[in-house]
Amino acid sequence: MALVLNEEQSMLKDAAAGFLAEKATVAHLRELRDSGDATGFSQDVWKEMADMGWAGIAIDEEFGGLGYGYTGLGLVLEQVGRNLSASPLQSSVLIGATIIAELGDQAQKEQFLPAIASGQSIVTLAIQEGAHHAPSQIATTAVAGGNGYVLNGSKRLVLDAHVADTFVVIARTSGEPGDTDGLSAFLVDAKADGVAIEQRSMVDNLNCGALTLNNVSVDASALLGSEGGAASGLNRTLDIANIGLASELLGVSTEAFERTVAYLKERKQFGQVIGSFQGLQHRAAELFAELELARSIVLKALQAIDSGDESLPVLASAAKAKLCEVAQRATNEGVQMHGGIGMTDEHEIGFFIKRARAAQHTFGDYNYHLDRFASLNGF
Amino acid sequence: MSDLDQFRQETRAWLEANCPEAMRQPVTGFEDIYNGGRVPEIDHPDQKVWCDRMAEKGWTVPHWPKEYGGGGLSADEVKVLRQEMSRIGARQALDSFGISMLGPALLQFGTQEQKLEHLPPICRGEIRWCQGYSEPNAGSDLASLATRAEDKGDHYLINGQKVWTSYADKADWIFCLVRTDNTGTKHEGISFVLFDMDQPGVEARPIKLISGSSPFCETFFDNARADKANLIGEEGKGWTIAKYLLTHEREMISGMGGAPKKSLGETAVELIGADEQGRLSNGILRQNLAQYQLDTVAFGATMARVGDEVKSGQGLGPASSIFKYYGTELNKRRNELNLAVGGEEALGWEGDAYQGGQVVRDWLRSKGNSIEGGTTEVQLNIVSKRVLGLPDA
Ligand SMILES: Cc1cc2nc3c(=O)[nH]c(=O)nc-3n(C[C@H](O)[C@H](O)[C@H](O)COP(=O)(O)OP(=O)(O)OC[C@H]3O[C@@H](n4cnc5c(N)ncnc54)[C@H](O)[C@@H]3O)c2cc1C
Repeated sequence: MALVLNEEQSMLKDAAAGFLAEKATVAHLRELRDSGDATGFSQDVWKEMADMGWAGIAIDEEFGGLGYGYTGLGLVLEQVGRNLSASPLQSSVLIGATIIAELGDQAQKEQFLPAIASGQSIVTLAIQEGAHHAPSQIATTAVAGGNGYVLNGSKRLVLDAHVADTFVVIARTSGEPGDTDGLSAFLVDAKADGVAIEQRSMVDNLNCGALTLNNVSVDASALLGSEGGAASGLNRTLDIANIGLASELLGVSTEAFERTVAYLKERKQFGQVIGSFQGLQHRAAELFAELELARSIVLKALQAIDSGDESLPVLASAAKAKLCEVAQRATNEGVQMHGGIGMTDEHEIGFFIKRARAAQHTFGDYNYHLDRFASLNGF
Repeated sequence: MSDLDQFRQETRAWLEANCPEAMRQPVTGFEDIYNGGRVPEIDHPDQKVWCDRMAEKGWTVPHWPKEYGGGGLSADEVKVLRQEMSRIGARQALDSFGISMLGPALLQFGTQEQKLEHLPPICRGEIRWCQGYSEPNAGSDLASLATRAEDKGDHYLINGQKVWTSYADKADWIFCLVRTDNTGTKHEGISFVLFDMDQPGVEARPIKLISGSSPFCETFFDNARADKANLIGEEGKGWTIAKYLLTHEREMISGMGGAPKKSLGETAVELIGADEQGRLSNGILRQNLAQYQLDTVAFGATMARVGDEVKSGQGLGPASSIFKYYGTELNKRRNELNLAVGGEEALGWEGDAYQGGQVVRDWLRSKGNSIEGGTTEVQLNIVSKRVLGLPDA
């Protein structure tokens, strides 16, 4: 597939850029933070996004989506990264809808996907238990009982936990933590008895929380996919999630970089703009080169999702690892090259370094994905 | 028994008898360090008792001469004191910009009256100082500073603005660079003056950092007054003093960070896991941690080598020019690794689950280390020009 955007994709990208730069900017994120907003994003803006179809971009038309594929969603997420726009696009659209599409049966898809696509329902994945992403280290249990299963365990880094209607909880129906077999996925209503949700405050001020499941009973129909057989659909979902986060990180990095270059052209010291110092010029030029590589690997990975490419796992870890590396560098350089003003909360560059690290660490950081990249390549 | 052994015994006994129980715990972070001042930020009674007792012995600044409130100790004795303090977990009784920055400059350039007036209150923790160097248009190019000082006979009238002034809202006095003459080159005409912040013409407005705290300020002078008795060195010759002080500031910043209780590698094994041989299961992180640890050991050895060279009379070698640059870059690396090792636990901003966000806030604060006290780029320019002799573009 040619590594260029088609006309439809270019239009989507421009529309997203225009809308978010007006409605969901860094200034809006600051307002949400400073007012201690309980939702953490603007419901009005989210409704407008959904009305434009963004909540269903990658969902099949059959289930009320636009059927644009993940390349389209990735383009929107890149703009989300540029503006640090707060919304459930990552939790519910990128991840929640994907795991249902991957593992669900026809009835489950019909029940949940149109509701996600219309923006009415927020579905989020609850997988991580320890401090680090380790998708097979699942200790949460699901034991057959009653009309279905009884779930016990705890989860963290659950995106948008406090506003979700439904959790897709990864639990173990057999085996030991560390085994891939025996993992099952369950649809759990946020209001079910025994579900406790704790909203947590993270550095990027976006929403995530912890979940405790204490003897939560679910019907047999809550099982998503086969019992003990969630791993492959889950892995594909995580690959897609990481490529989506890589798209967002591309936006975060590019924006931080462009703002920094603009500052190099404006700030004067020693009677000249600081951008005239070769020490800074070369670092900016190197970063430009890295960003071009980053853009290519992200597009390649997005296209691999849509074309059903077998090398998706390798490309997903490649894209995430590369974008973690580039985002770290771009945001660190952003603060450093701004000097003292870059350390202030009043300046916006600090919001980018914060979001970058949180997104980097969500579903596996640089170390995790580079290691996985090596393993998948056979060494 | 050697004199030093005797000193150790006495010190041990004195510390056992005088260090309050509550002071036998290491500090938990910046906010936990006692800076003294007219209205100390930390108003724990034991903290004051501990500072007073140590000050009485001259041990808040043990290496300064006794006549100025120090302890008059030799380098070896200072080392013994530090060892004995850490043996019982005693925290430093006092730390301040007066000790780390202004003091060394006054000892070098101040008159006897100035030393006697200003150094003892620093040792006793009575007066807290801040540093008025940077201005909105004079950061890396510090010498282009524009804050004016007008000669009024027995005093100067000061007008202008400083920025990024750490703790200006908490400090009692400021050491400040002002322009007394506009006619020569930019390095000429700069003077180094001291004045009381508690006067109508001085206003400090806190600025919030990305880490959430507000340690620094914008500082405005509107006809502020500095007595001429508090001009350090000659009028118009302040640049030399300013630079001398910066070398001490850089030393302090390069030493920031401190050793964590547990090694990062150990924590990583706990949180991420190890293979059968006990090796951290993630090979990429393992290499990063090992490289960091190796560079830390080599950097420590370099600081020790330079120190020993000075002691043996060989003078301060060129290696010292890398301290600020290397030390702060290392500290930033360590803080990035704290996030990599801590994972979700390290990213929390508030709440009990995250100890109030200490890890991530320290990480954000560390980004300032390579900016404050002269940026990494400025340090590297100094190495390339002064040490390597490379020409300007
Ligand atoms: C946490 C913190 C505490 C501080 N506390 C104090 C204080 O107590 N008192 C005080 O007076 N100041 C203080 N400062 C200010 C500090 O000294 C200045 O921020 C610093 O000197 C840089 O100046 P600037 O911010 O104007 O950046 P600029 O000088 O504008 O620099 C912007 C960028 O350009 C680069 N640059 C500039 N010139 C060159 C060159 N020739 N070659 C290559 N690159 C170049 C810089 O390295 C930097 O990356 C503090 C700063 C921080 C972050």
